[in-house]
Amino acid sequence: MSTTKQPSALIKTEALYTALFVVGLIAPFAIYPTFLMKLFCLALFASAFNLLLGFAGLLSFGHAAFLGTAGYVCGLMVRDMGVTPEVGIIAGTAAAGLLGWLFGVLAIRRTGIYFAMITLALAQMVYFIVLQVKATGGEDGLQGVPRGHLFGLVDLSDNVAMYYLVYAVFSIGFFIIYRTIHSPFGQILKAIRENEPRAISLGYDVNKFKLMAFVISASLAGLAGATKTLVFQLTSLSDVHWHMSGEVVLMTLLGGLGTILGPAVGSATIVTLQNELADKVGSWVTVIMGLIFVVCVLAFRRGIVGEIQALIQRAGIR
Amino acid sequence: MEIFGVPSALLGSQLLVGLINGSFYAILSLGLAIIFGLLNIINFAHGAQYMMGAFIAWLALTKFNVNYWVALIAAPLLVGLFGVILERTMLRKLYKLDHLYGLLLTFGLALIIEGVFRDQFGISGESYDVPDALAGGINLGFMFLPIYRAWVIVASLTVCFGTWYMIEKTRLGAYLRAGTENSQIVQALGINVPLLITFTYGYGVALAAFAGVLAAPVFQVNPLMGSNLIIVVFAVVVIGGMGSILGSIVTGIGLGLIEGLTRVFYPEASAVVVFVIMVIVLLVRPAGLFGKA
Amino acid sequence: MTMKKAISIACTTALAALSGGVQAQVSGGVVKIGVLTDLSGTYSDVAGPGAVQATKMAIEDFIAKEKPDFKIEMVSADHQNKADIASNKAREWFEREGVDTATELVTTSVALAVMKIAKEKDRIALMSGPASTPITNEQCNDVTVHYTYDTYALANGTAKAVTKQGGKSWFFLTADYAFGQALEKDASAVVTANGGKVLGSVRHPFPGSDFSSFLLKAQSSGAQVIGLANAGADTTNAIKQAAEFGITPTQSLAGLLMFITDVHSLGLKATQGMYLTDGFYWDLNDETRAWSKRFFGVQKKMPTMVQAGQYSSVYHYLKAVKAVGTDDTKKVMAQMKKTPINDFFAKNGQIREDGRMVHDMYLMQVKKPAESKYPWDYYHVRQVIPAAEAFQPLAQSRCPLVKK
Repeated sequence: MSTTKQPSALIKTEALYTALFVVGLIAPFAIYPTFLMKLFCLALFASAFNLLLGFAGLLSFGHAAFLGTAGYVCGLMVRDMGVTPEVGIIAGTAAAGLLGWLFGVLAIRRTGIYFAMITLALAQMVYFIVLQVKATGGEDGLQGVPRGHLFGLVDLSDNVAMYYLVYAVFSIGFFIIYRTIHSPFGQILKAIRENEPRAISLGYDVNKFKLMAFVISASLAGLAGATKTLVFQLTSLSDVHWHMSGEVVLMTLLGGLGTILGPAVGSATIVTLQNELADKVGSWVTVIMGLIFVVCVLAFRRGIVGEIQALIQRAGIR
Repeated sequence: MEIFGVPSALLGSQLLVGLINGSFYAILSLGLAIIFGLLNIINFAHGAQYMMGAFIAWLALTKFNVNYWVALIAAPLLVGLFGVILERTMLRKLYKLDHLYGLLLTFGLALIIEGVFRDQFGISGESYDVPDALAGGINLGFMFLPIYRAWVIVASLTVCFGTWYMIEKTRLGAYLRAGTENSQIVQALGINVPLLITFTYGYGVALAAFAGVLAAPVFQVNPLMGSNLIIVVFAVVVIGGMGSILGSIVTGIGLGLIEGLTRVFYPEASAVVVFVIMVIVLLVRPAGLFGKA
Repeated sequence: MTMKKAISIACTTALAALSGGVQAQVSGGVVKIGVLTDLSGTYSDVAGPGAVQATKMAIEDFIAKEKPDFKIEMVSADHQNKADIASNKAREWFEREGVDTATELVTTSVALAVMKIAKEKDRIALMSGPASTPITNEQCNDVTVHYTYDTYALANGTAKAVTKQGGKSWFFLTADYAFGQALEKDASAVVTANGGKVLGSVRHPFPGSDFSSFLLKAQSSGAQVIGLANAGADTTNAIKQAAEFGITPTQSLAGLLMFITDVHSLGLKATQGMYLTDGFYWDLNDETRAWSKRFFGVQKKMPTMVQAGQYSSVYHYLKAVKAVGTDDTKKVMAQMKKTPINDFFAKNGQIREDGRMVHDMYLMQVKKPAESKYPWDYYHVRQVIPAAEAFQPLAQSRCPLVKK
């Protein structure tokens, strides 16, 4: 598939993003803000994950470790050391980035399923450490994290103020991902994904690029996790559990692997479903999630956004 | 006598218990390894299929008064048939795609199967008594060994090495191995490869169900009994080398022993030790202990 | 859904019947009860759909008996044992849907998260499900009622009785989780206070499945009693495997956090003779039997203490709302604390200033298979532990609300 676009298509894409951005600005007046905040945190998480899987072809099965670690670091700093929320978020992101570097150094020399398994194993160790360390509160979770005042000024206990912080964080994170994908660096990642030996023969230090992609992805996952902690004022073991790592794969796949908007659409769909179904079908939530997985893999491998793009392209050809 | 401050009797008994758990790991990871070897699919539904085996044994006993020995044959056949249907209707469509899709599909299947069983039987689980012929135990001097656990070792190792023999030494096994290497050529030689694949998946799944029946009298029969096990068994297969038959058996047993030792010295870490080993092994030997690099 | 409709129709008819009655000062004329429970995970048998059922029964009975002049609605949701899902739902309920009280709340992380939101939004949290003592200690607040039981009451009741009956030396099999460690700590204190000795403990990963190595350690310790400081599938697996390894006839087991569903799933053969503490048993008297049989009619299972406690707490709450004529949190809480609880679940139950509802607990011994005459005939009631002894004394409370 060619990546160069017609100028008119470019304008259309920009118009689309602008429209979406405006929708996000007015959304909290129509939809419950706490719900939207959760949605944006997970959308950023999934987008960060997709940067790795969709554009570098690396399946990490341990991304919950970054989400959770950043959450715990941010929560502990804000609650027990009294730092302001933005410092907490930055610290959480940095911690996740550091952890991502460590994971990356150990994992990127392997490919495919071995890569997935190493990330899973390392994430399980992180889970174990979180469980053993007293400060995390074990299965009780890290509770009672105050939202505090942004830059010491804006009171975040107000849901609308918090919403715009989350929205800003999401937009920045999303922009970073967008820029990364469309930069020369992103092109090299795609080249590696398509044909690694060829990229090597062209003289690229493949491992260095992979490691960088991993660190960026982990940091952004951490950014999402730290922000999520402030939204809910808690972090719990389920944020570092491998189920969370599995869930992000589902979100990305459902939305459209390797598309820019896909992971966000996928996580929005899953979060909405979980939220709506929780009241209505009770214990059948997991069964329905399972069915979505199966149907996706068998019939909609391109995901929601991927299918729509394919439709538009087909229409364009006609 | 003491070894590292631990009485040797206790150490001996822990190793024996480790061997028992190891034989469970061996039979489960063997099934996964066979499936991966020929289908290139990571069967995430393995834990759910193991659970199905245990539940079928329990249902057979309580609802139809079918005893343990019959269940030991019937449950793997039924679950194997279920696997054959899955392969024919769904997995078949994924062979040409990335490993990822097989993993995701079977993950979804596991969620569905476990969800349905949970809805039907609740979460608390059901009890399955040890069959009369295997009740009681032997005093080994350093520990009391329940006869049933001894049977678990015997049954599991027999099936494991039987399978290994079949694959390594028989004609059918030769087709299988050839199919793994290059299915097109095997097809050209007049062997029905799709049928071979279906049979293989069914057999791998049946192994999971067999382990489930073996486990029923030992563990509470519970809809989620396989969901945490599956991750550990994965690790075993990866450490052994994906698709290596002997590797999965030996690693399964070895890991049971190591886990047993961890329970003596640092019990809290006994669930995580397998992952530590996995990371170390993959860093040193990228293709696993028995894998072909 | 249809049930919810039926209830609201019933309420409307009740309202119509009371035509000309005093207009309620309940916000919107509706009292809305949220049941936030685990419908699909580990605690779905202990609480789950049964707790939703118990809530429905409480609302129906209340309308039939007390003829309130306000409507009562119920919403329920599955928190999947995840604190963030619970937190999201509770906020939405309080902020958007006018829910007056979030109830049940099994799993500590969920309970702690929701009680903080309830405080922030000035609503009530009624906890019939969670076990953790921090709820009424370090984390306590004035909008929370911890209704049914806690780890202290269970560990205390069982450990004291067993130690007094001659089980002097103990070894603990502890889930490597905060609740497991709390159980072990509370039980150890009781054992030592009653002249017993704790020989050691082993912490197992949670959840585990094979407990034989841990049980062998317990066996080699030579302790008379093995205390199971774990829950759910871990407890049932440990009990089953203890019998398998021939440990149980010589050493006895004490379950520190066990429910009737655990005994039911294991059967009497494996559990006979075990001691455990419970807050409710369906077969105590005519009143409990009558209620439990109604419950059984729908759920096909006898109720756990969580489910019975859920009914009782919702009923008590509704009575308080009716008495003060408003759903104002402060007034309702004051009324609930003022009024003793007398129903099939509790006699002279009292909600203390730390939010702990204290009532009699029961020390049970599991029957031998031969002694069980009919389905669910599982327990001998060996001792009624009076409310004053059953729970952590107020003097020891670490809750800042307790004036000393």
